[in-house]
Amino acid sequence: MGLTLTTRPAGLLRHFSWPWAVTLGYLGVMLLLPTLALIAKAGTETPADIWRIATDPVAVSAYQVTVGASLAAALVNTPFGVLVAWVLVRYPFPGRRVVDALVDLPFALPTSVAGLTLATIYSDTGWLGSLLAPLGIKVSFTVYGVFVALVFISLPFVIRTVQPVLQEMQSEPEIEEAARSLGANAPQTFWRVTLPPLMPAILTGFALGFSRAVGEFGSVVIIASGIPYKDLVAPVLVFQRLEQYDYSGATVIGVVLILISLVVLLGINLIQVWGKRYG
Amino acid sequence: MASNGKPELGRPQSRPQISWGKWLLIGLALAYLGIVVYIPTVNVFVQAFSQGVGPFLGNFANHEFVHAIKMTVLIAALAVPMNTIFGLCAAWIVARHQFRGRALLLTILDLPFSISPVVAGLMIILLYGRQGWFGPLLQGADIQIVFAYPGMVLATAFVAMPFVAREVIPVLEELGTDQEQAAHTLGANAWQTFWRVTLPGIRWGLLYGVVLTNARSMGEFGAVSAVSGNVAGKTQTLTLFVEEAYKQYQTQASYGAAVILAGLALVSLALKALLESKTHVPRRVQF
Repeated sequence: MGLTLTTRPAGLLRHFSWPWAVTLGYLGVMLLLPTLALIAKAGTETPADIWRIATDPVAVSAYQVTVGASLAAALVNTPFGVLVAWVLVRYPFPGRRVVDALVDLPFALPTSVAGLTLATIYSDTGWLGSLLAPLGIKVSFTVYGVFVALVFISLPFVIRTVQPVLQEMQSEPEIEEAARSLGANAPQTFWRVTLPPLMPAILTGFALGFSRAVGEFGSVVIIASGIPYKDLVAPVLVFQRLEQYDYSGATVIGVVLILISLVVLLGINLIQVWGKRYG
Repeated sequence: MASNGKPELGRPQSRPQISWGKWLLIGLALAYLGIVVYIPTVNVFVQAFSQGVGPFLGNFANHEFVHAIKMTVLIAALAVPMNTIFGLCAAWIVARHQFRGRALLLTILDLPFSISPVVAGLMIILLYGRQGWFGPLLQGADIQIVFAYPGMVLATAFVAMPFVAREVIPVLEELGTDQEQAAHTLGANAWQTFWRVTLPGIRWGLLYGVVLTNARSMGEFGAVSAVSGNVAGKTQTLTLFVEEAYKQYQTQASYGAAVILAGLALVSLALKALLESKTHVPRRVQF
C-alpha cells in the first residue's frame, strides 16, 4: 500500500481536481441553469408586459397579504424568540434539553403536515378554533390562518440566532455583575447591558424568519382558501398561475418574490457588518 | 413551589423573588411553544390514532398510500446521495482553499434557502418542461422529466442542496490540516488521505448534514408539488398525499400519512440532538 506511485499533475490540472469539477458542475446544472432559465423567461417579455403582470391588482394584493402576514409573524416571534432563547440559556430546568431539541420542530415537520394540523386545530370545532369562534374570530380559510401558519414555520429563527450569542455572554458574567453592583436593577441591566449586544442577532433572526415566511407555500395553501384579495399569498399565486399553464405570469411573480428575498438577504448582510462594528 | 422549606439565613427576600421571576419566564416560554408548536404536533398523533391503531394500519391496504411512501423513499434515495457528494466537495473547496470568489461561492451555496420552493419548482419546469429550454430535445428522445420522477428528484435536490456543505465546512475548518499533511508526508495519496484521515474526522458533522438533508428531502412539499402534476399512485409523495386526501375530505387517510411524516421529523430531531453532542461546532440556524 505504501508503494502506491503517485504522480502529481502539474499546472492547471493541479488546481482542477475532482472536488472542483463536482462542485462547479453540480452548481451549474442544479442551481445556476434553473436560475438562468427563470431570468431568461422573464427576459422574453417586454418591459411593459412585465410591469403589467407584476402590478396586476391580484398580484399586488397578494404581495400585500404576503408581506403583511410575514411581518406580523416575524414581529410576534421576535420577543417570544428572545424569551425562549433566554430561558434555554439562563435557566436550567427539568426537560430543558428536550425543549431545546423541539424548537426545530417547525423546520423538521413537513409544511403540508403543519398546514393540515393547524387547519384542524383552528377550525370552528378544533381545540383552539372553538375557543376563538365565540369571539367571532375565524382562523381557518382566512388571513388569520395565513398568519398562524407563518408564525409556526418562522418560530425557530430568532431563537436560534440569539441562543449562541447569549451562550457566549455566559462566559463573561462580570459585565452584568458590574451593572448590578453599580446599582442597576434587573430590568435596567437587561435593557441597557444585556439587550444591546443581542440586537444584531435579534434583527438577523427577524429578517431570516420574515424571508422564510415570504416564500412559504405548503402550510398556507392548506389552511387558507387562496382567494384573491382575501388570503391569497404570492407563492400560492405562482402555483395557481402554473396550474393554469400561465408560465409568464408565474415567472414574473416568482422574480418579484426572489427580489424581495434578495433585499432581505442584503439587509441581513448589512446587519452583520453593523454588528461587527458594534461588537 | 412558593414555599421552599429552607431556613432563611441572612437575606430573606431576594432569593425567592428571583426564583419567582425565573419560573414565570419559563412558564411563559413554554406556554408560547405549547400553543405554537406542541399542540399542533400532538394533534397529528391524536387525530391519527383517535380511533385506535386499526384505521391507521388500514391505510396500508390503500394502494395510493403505499405508493406515496415508496415515492418519498425513492426520491430521497437519489437526492440525498447526490447532495451529500456535492456538499462534501463544496465543503472541501471552501474549507481547504483560499481563492478569489470564495465569499461569492459561500453566498451561492445558501441561495436555495432564499428561493421559495414553488419558484424552485417553476425553474425546473422552465428548464425541462414541454415549452422549456430542453423540452424539444427531451421530447425527441422520449424522456419525461417534468411531471415524473426525475423532475421530482431535481426539485428536491435543489431545495435541500445547502445542508451538507453548511454543516461540514465548520467541522473541516476545526479539524485543521495537520493530520492530512502528516498522512501526505507519509506517502498517502489524496484518496487515501480523504478516506482514512479526513472522513473519520468529519463523520459526525457529515452525518448531521445528511440527517438534515434527508429530513428536508422527505418532507419537501412546494417544489415537488409544482413539478409532480400530483397524479395519485404515480407522482404522489407522502407530503402531497397529505394535502390531496385532506382536500378530498379523507381526513383519516390524510392524518395517516401525516403521522408517518411527523414521526420521521421527531426521529430526525432526536438524531440531530444526539449528533450535536458529538460535534462541538457551534450551532447555526438550520433548515
